[in-house]
Amino acid sequence: MHEHVAKGLRIVGRRVINGVWRLGYASRFFLFTLARSATSFRRFRGLTFREIYFAGVLSLIIIIVSGLFVGMVLGLQGYETLQRYGSSEAVGTLVALSLTRELGPVVSALLFASRAGSAMTAEIGLMKATEQISAMEMMAVDPIARVIGPRFWGGVISMPLLAAMFSAVGVFGGYLIAVVVIGVDEGAFWSQMQSAVDFRQDIVNGVIKSVVFGVAVTAIALFEGYDAPPTAEGVSGATTRTVVTSSLAILGLDFVLTAFMFKGI
Amino acid sequence: MDRTLLDLWVGIFVAIGIAALFVLALKVGNAGTTFNTGATYHVNAEFDNIGGLKVRAPVKSAGVVVGRVEDIQFDSKKFTARVTMKIDKRYEFPKDTSVSILTSGLLGEQYVGLDAGGDSDMLKDGDTLKLTQSAVVLEKLIGQFLYNKAAEGGSK
Repeated sequence: MHEHVAKGLRIVGRRVINGVWRLGYASRFFLFTLARSATSFRRFRGLTFREIYFAGVLSLIIIIVSGLFVGMVLGLQGYETLQRYGSSEAVGTLVALSLTRELGPVVSALLFASRAGSAMTAEIGLMKATEQISAMEMMAVDPIARVIGPRFWGGVISMPLLAAMFSAVGVFGGYLIAVVVIGVDEGAFWSQMQSAVDFRQDIVNGVIKSVVFGVAVTAIALFEGYDAPPTAEGVSGATTRTVVTSSLAILGLDFVLTAFMFKGI
Repeated sequence: MDRTLLDLWVGIFVAIGIAALFVLALKVGNAGTTFNTGATYHVNAEFDNIGGLKVRAPVKSAGVVVGRVEDIQFDSKKFTARVTMKIDKRYEFPKDTSVSILTSGLLGEQYVGLDAGGDSDMLKDGDTLKLTQSAVVLEKLIGQFLYNKAAEGGSK
């Protein structure tokens, strides 16, 4: 009996210590990435540009298509509820506010984590498994400056642009459904939206959110890849952990940021 | 360095991203009015009760938005609310303009209404409006109504 309890406690203790250990290692990794990111900017065209292409340009299709559908669903559902209270013109306000404040940054970051984050983890994990990272160190090339830094900045630059596209396309989707299909008055749709959405309060805060999510997702993805055990199983596990951890981080950070940003409203 | 196809794609990506931000700022949001801080002048007014008036609420005259509420302070000497308004330079109002706090619709947001007077002198920056009418507080109105009813019943 006592042995079982002791064994259970040992397992819990090991998990906790390992978790704290990894957190510390991850923080040091993140600081190193920031400290050595001078290379990413000095060789911006050669290194970081390529990563903007992989993280940003290749995510364009999924971001635009899902933005359109999310906006269309918001338009349909919003109209359905608002017309009961005779204020169906407010559907523009509903679509624009929910997209710029929450759904644009959050959903595009979730898509970005599963589309680009998992790819980053798998790429770096495989580079490590096939000993490319060790080979770089042997040649006195700093892998953090050469491999991690450009990917980090590529992701951080791409994320707010993708979130802005998501919101803009989503508003267009809401317009298509509410105005073109259902027939809400076009002037009221836009004017109510414009009087309700504040540039500083809503749009700038949404951009700040997406920058924070971009930092979180790319940092988690790169660390998981760098820390992955150099086996096929290790890389697959790290890829899964990237998606799970960064999704949780996005939603948790979103709550914290929202509590700070919109407490006065 | 040669131009590559990669440059084209990244260029398209960044251009679409920035265009989306502009669309959000100008078409969806009200950046046009946020940045339009050029020509305005300030006018103060003191109210006994401002109800639910908030900073950035519109200032309207004849239903047209002519400015915004910039600041609301409590005057601890007179026990009144001091409302500072920012009014567009294009619109001038006489010195004896009366100002009241109104509600758009039955349950809508509150705004400041200006009714022009007949004075030939115009308001200048920093002036204080004398004729003010406070917000209607629904509870007080109902209380007054009930009191009157009770008084009627007593006289019969």
